[in-house]
Amino acid sequence: MKAYIEKTNKYADVEASTVNELLIKLKINPTTVIVTKNNELVTEQEKITNKDEIKILSVISGG
Amino acid sequence: MVCKNCIEKPVINLINNNVKLCKSCYIKYFESKVKKTITEYKLIEKNDHIVVACSGGKDSTTLLYLLKKITKNRKDIKITALAIDEGIHDYRDKSLEFLKNFCKENEIELKIFSYKEEFGKALDEILKTYKGIPCSICGVMRRYLLNKKSKELGATKLATGHNMDDEAQSIVMNLFKSNMKLSARMGPTTGIKIHEKFIPRIKPLYLLTEKEVTSYAFIKGFMDKLNECPHMQDSFRNYVRDTVNEFESKYPGTKHSIVNSFIELLPALKSYYGSLPATLQLCERCSEPSSKKVCQTCQYIDKVIKK
Repeated sequence: MKAYIEKTNKYADVEASTVNELLIKLKINPTTVIVTKNNELVTEQEKITNKDEIKILSVISGG
Repeated sequence: MVCKNCIEKPVINLINNNVKLCKSCYIKYFESKVKKTITEYKLIEKNDHIVVACSGGKDSTTLLYLLKKITKNRKDIKITALAIDEGIHDYRDKSLEFLKNFCKENEIELKIFSYKEEFGKALDEILKTYKGIPCSICGVMRRYLLNKKSKELGATKLATGHNMDDEAQSIVMNLFKSNMKLSARMGPTTGIKIHEKFIPRIKPLYLLTEKEVTSYAFIKGFMDKLNECPHMQDSFRNYVRDTVNEFESKYPGTKHSIVNSFIELLPALKSYYGSLPATLQLCERCSEPSSKKVCQTCQYIDKVIKK
């Protein structure tokens, strides 16, 4: 599955069935991001598939 | 899995309360928490002219939107947006465009002042010769202009988008650096009795985490494109931020505990240290309040900007 990581402006390619699993595999602290699935905000428990467009957005202010 | 209050699908898990909320219930929760903070800490008073420090980023845009919304039936309250254009190419110019459009759509008066016009040089130019930490000089100059310009605009309060994460980090930083005197000047409202030349500051997002603010901003469409300041460097704050976030992840509720403990201690800190530097005076160059004969901004103007 491809997930866009906004902080690095790159796509990660990993297998995961939930948002939580995705963040663990990418070693991203869930308190530092929000995740969208097909442009809708979702919780860490949300199920995801290869067909979904996943974005991981940083919550930390730009300075 | 459904929302705590209805049957809709949840979009956020409020870890501190162990509650899941759907989009519309989350909006209600968020707005009611901001209102509660304003009421509890008396952040807005009759006939206030609130100048909102804006950058076009998610925190200050959320704050501006909510203050306008909350006070829309209060004829005695005036809201003005104030932005400082530091002169950071490809960063601040973009966020200010977003802010200009936002203010136009929401019929909010916006005032923009720049380093270039006020100090003679934009930040990008200043940093060609200044080799210190960019955030240090920029922060001093921005805070100086925010206070000076909000005063000139006739503000009775200066509202900032500081959230619980910002406050938790500052509390820990001051603790680690033995700066408790600085902590005594923090809290949801600061500077109320300091000096007539200091505009009191209010932080209506004080009890909401950065993740909560970002979630609200995303739902409301206030996050056009997140961007990071190109001058941002590794700093003590970044290290503390990572550490606090690590704790929060492992021990959910850590940020709330830090800030709630601090709020309990704050009256004692204020009473012990007072809320003022004992040597407060007016800068002999610009007549702005300062703890030294010449304020930090005028020192930067002499030593860095005019160099």
